[in-house]
Amino acid sequence: MSFHLILFLAFGAVCVGGAVNLLAQRHPINSALSLIAVMAALAGEYLLLGAEFVAAVQVIVYAGAVMVLFVFVIMLLNAGEEEQTNGSRVAFLLGVPGMLTGGVLVAWVVLRQSGSETVPIGALPGRPTDIAQLLFHDFLLPFEVTSVLILIAIMGAVVLASKPETPAGRAD
Amino acid sequence: MSAGVFILVSVIKSVIVLVVLLTAVAYTVWLERKVVGHMQNRWGPTRVGPFGLLQPAADGLKFLFKEDLTPPHVYKPLFLAAPMMALIFALTSISVIPFGNSITLWGTSIPLQITDLNIGLLLILGVTSLGVYGVALAGWSSNNKYSLLGGLRASAQMVSYEIALGLSLVGVLIQSGSFSLRAIVDAQGGHFLGFIPRWNIFHGQFIGFFIYLMAAYAETNRIPFDLPEAETELVAGYHTEYSAMKFAMFFMAEYSNMITVACLATLLFFGGWHGPLFGPPLLQSLLPLFWFGAKIFCFIFLYIWVRGTLPRFRYDQLMSFGWKFLLPLAIANLVATAIAVAW
Repeated sequence: MSFHLILFLAFGAVCVGGAVNLLAQRHPINSALSLIAVMAALAGEYLLLGAEFVAAVQVIVYAGAVMVLFVFVIMLLNAGEEEQTNGSRVAFLLGVPGMLTGGVLVAWVVLRQSGSETVPIGALPGRPTDIAQLLFHDFLLPFEVTSVLILIAIMGAVVLASKPETPAGRAD
Repeated sequence: MSAGVFILVSVIKSVIVLVVLLTAVAYTVWLERKVVGHMQNRWGPTRVGPFGLLQPAADGLKFLFKEDLTPPHVYKPLFLAAPMMALIFALTSISVIPFGNSITLWGTSIPLQITDLNIGLLLILGVTSLGVYGVALAGWSSNNKYSLLGGLRASAQMVSYEIALGLSLVGVLIQSGSFSLRAIVDAQGGHFLGFIPRWNIFHGQFIGFFIYLMAAYAETNRIPFDLPEAETELVAGYHTEYSAMKFAMFFMAEYSNMITVACLATLLFFGGWHGPLFGPPLLQSLLPLFWFGAKIFCFIFLYIWVRGTLPRFRYDQLMSFGWKFLLPLAIANLVATAIAVAW
């Protein structure tokens, strides 16, 4: 077994373990920390594929910024432990077989397309210059349209969050 | 270089860098107490050794032998993990900092850097952005309202100033065209007009440096942005409930963050180890390290000077300064640099 494969399996185990722990934990802050572990392990997997820039952005944006806001909100609301429920029977009867079917379908499609080959190191465009070429040259229009979409979402959030002014011009 | 030699060299380099960093952390604390003392017309540490030079060792021993209290109402797993997280993330970012050119020992060329990544700068930004978890979780898990307020302030402040910090660095990146810190320093060799060094700060990045400096003060929770641990309002902020070595770990994290930020400022804006070289060959090979150390010392001194001079911001001033002044300024700097480079 190559060192590369060992690392891949280790990061994968952290990823899956973190995801299961995220669901199993009853305290929201533990769940949020598990999600951070999943994000960091995913960054490790990207690094193994040679996609260094994507790995760094994964850590900076998801683990470093998005999850900080999650933790911030949990701290601000001081959310306590959730109550244990017995779970819904519908979810158990439909969810587990559905998840298994979905997993099998995805695996089938992937195996049909690629056979049993794995992605070799450096097969993906991972260097910052390659990413920049793709984003700002080959796919410039979709990239800019996406940024406009995000801008609209931000403006929507600002409008929804701001208090409506009363007719007299005073916010109460 | 074979794999065995590579691992050996890497381990030796890591140990040396770690020892130097932790010693520098200890003596930065000493320097701060001494300089602030003199600014306030008192002596600072004088009792332990000449000029109080052995004070850091005495402090370290005191922290090790103090009783390690854990208050009864804390959330224990995170209360224990938080100082470790803060310190680990603070120490990790030094691994991509280059200290000088490579040296050749027994026919093997060894770069003076633990590892040269082509995303070195991004790694530092990523690790710094993770560092906030130590502070935030310490505040939350202490189960104390002052600590919680400190933790909340820290996370809000660091998320806000990270954007300005990142944008201030983009100007430098556009000029040098690489994320590798070694390549950025190499791009700053030489002179303008024969005598002005070709450092980025003299190369149109003065405003970028100003923004970086402001944001770096906020990221390291130093005066005038030390609201997460504002003594007059929050007792000691996020580390109110910590004692002994756990408290010391937060301090070590803060000071090693200061040193990393100073290293980064030196590398990005002040030409890294570039400086005048003269004298015999041995001196010529040591001078780059000396210049690098001297530039870092100037930054650390600036930190302490500012601490001895400025009062603390109010929280709303801090937020409006970050979002309404630094961020637009950083965007304007980015646009101006891009236009100048494309011209």
